[in-house]
Amino acid sequence: MLRLDALTKTYKTGDQALKAVTLDVPAGQVLALIGPSGAGKSTLIRCINRLVPPTSGKVTLADVDITSLGAGALRRERRRMGMIFQEYALVERLTVMENVLSGRLGYVGFWRALTRRFPQKDVDEAFRLLDRVGLLHMADKRADQLSGGQRQRVGICRALIQDPALLLVDEPTASLDPKTSRQIMRLICELCAERGLAAIINIHDVALAQMFVARVIGLRFGEIVYDGPPDGLTPETLNEIYGEEDWEATIEKIDEDDTAEAAE
Amino acid sequence: MPVIESSQGPIWRLRNRNETLKRWFGWLFGVAIFLWCWQQISDATTWFFVWDAPNIAGDILGRATPPRWSYMDNLWWPIWDTLNIATLGTIGALILAVPIAFLAARNTTPSTLFIRPIALLIIVATRSINSLIWALLLIAIIGPGVFAGIIAIAIRSIGFCAKLLYEAIEEIDQSQVEAVTATGASRWQVMVYGIVPQIMPAFAGIAVFRWDINIRESTVLGLVGAGGIGLQLQASLNTLAWPQVSLILLVILAAVVISEWVSAKVRGAII
Repeated sequence: MLRLDALTKTYKTGDQALKAVTLDVPAGQVLALIGPSGAGKSTLIRCINRLVPPTSGKVTLADVDITSLGAGALRRERRRMGMIFQEYALVERLTVMENVLSGRLGYVGFWRALTRRFPQKDVDEAFRLLDRVGLLHMADKRADQLSGGQRQRVGICRALIQDPALLLVDEPTASLDPKTSRQIMRLICELCAERGLAAIINIHDVALAQMFVARVIGLRFGEIVYDGPPDGLTPETLNEIYGEEDWEATIEKIDEDDTAEAAE
Repeated sequence: MPVIESSQGPIWRLRNRNETLKRWFGWLFGVAIFLWCWQQISDATTWFFVWDAPNIAGDILGRATPPRWSYMDNLWWPIWDTLNIATLGTIGALILAVPIAFLAARNTTPSTLFIRPIALLIIVATRSINSLIWALLLIAIIGPGVFAGIIAIAIRSIGFCAKLLYEAIEEIDQSQVEAVTATGASRWQVMVYGIVPQIMPAFAGIAVFRWDINIRESTVLGLVGAGGIGLQLQASLNTLAWPQVSLILLVILAAVVISEWVSAKVRGAII
């Protein structure tokens, strides 16, 4: 459904963040993108919705070539790609409800957006989503009054109310505690399964990625060095992605966690 | 940060000997210049007037007290004019300053090469000319009165408001803007959802702050004939009616104190 074709990004400084990345994501597949800081993970997902314009190569979403679209058509295609951010990126001074409804901005006109008169069916959907993530009682709170985990849930609602076909998720758990991280990852993966969404999740926590996703892509210096199932990640492959390190502890820990999880 | 090795171990000083000497000479030079300037000013001063100043001041103070309270009846209307000049002038300035600020801010300007310099030029030009001078110019163009005062205050405030506002726009959290853009929002929607909520506190603070300054500025606009309480002040000064002058100064002081109080309250409520 999503296809990246020799996607390349060279920044003005001359840093080559992506080197001809080619990737196929079938509909409904959740994949994790792992790799060291600076490997180009954030650049990759921002090139897909063109928050960062790619230098060359092609991005195709359901047979639409995103890279060649004009401004108006790009906005229409962005509606089909929900994005979830590391630091939540909620509009802090707006209410939870306004933040969720801002996911519908691509569908409503300027005056409706300015006067906050969204169609009733959007408002219904917003309430339904907030209920789904357990934040219905927070709808009227200002976003800056929420805790990190709650904010990320609002961020998830904002992405989902777009009715997307694809979720672009940038380090969703990097600023969260371990328990909340798992809850957020579980929530994202459950919602993707419920709605048949594909998702690309940038993540630092290898163990967490292995726990939840079906496919892992390892990125190093802008190139894909691993593409396979999570249990194919051996110390050797992690060495290749991140560089020399003792990985036994990381991998063993996952197994323990998994059994602990199963015992709960 | 020199460290001197001695038999007792390393000794630390903030500056080494050379730097210390340089600082001493610097101070010596500064004091010498100060004394020389003092000498120059002293030569150019008619000291008789200075020695006489306390007597004159005491004399004027004696004539000015008690204030002529009955004159207050003539002041209600001018002070109301002064308030209106400040308030309407500030509103006018804000209406013009908002678009200019968006054109001047690096992250919202449509063109860094052409439009931004023009916006910055407007900001500098309106800021650099005092409101009294604007009033003089405008009285020549649209005649004396309150309207000239309002326009003078408005023009003078554009630069101030636009400058502070565009700095606030440049300091916003860009990730919130990115998130709104990613939903497929249009340029204007991004502005309304991603930028405006972030700059609202700054905007409100700037508005009240400038209003507070404008109350003070508009009290003197009457000196050049642009309406308000300054007109009465000038008339009283010209006729040496010191009891009236002291009353007017008291009224201005009261107006400024009240406006300070209001703006402090409003800013406190916002932040």
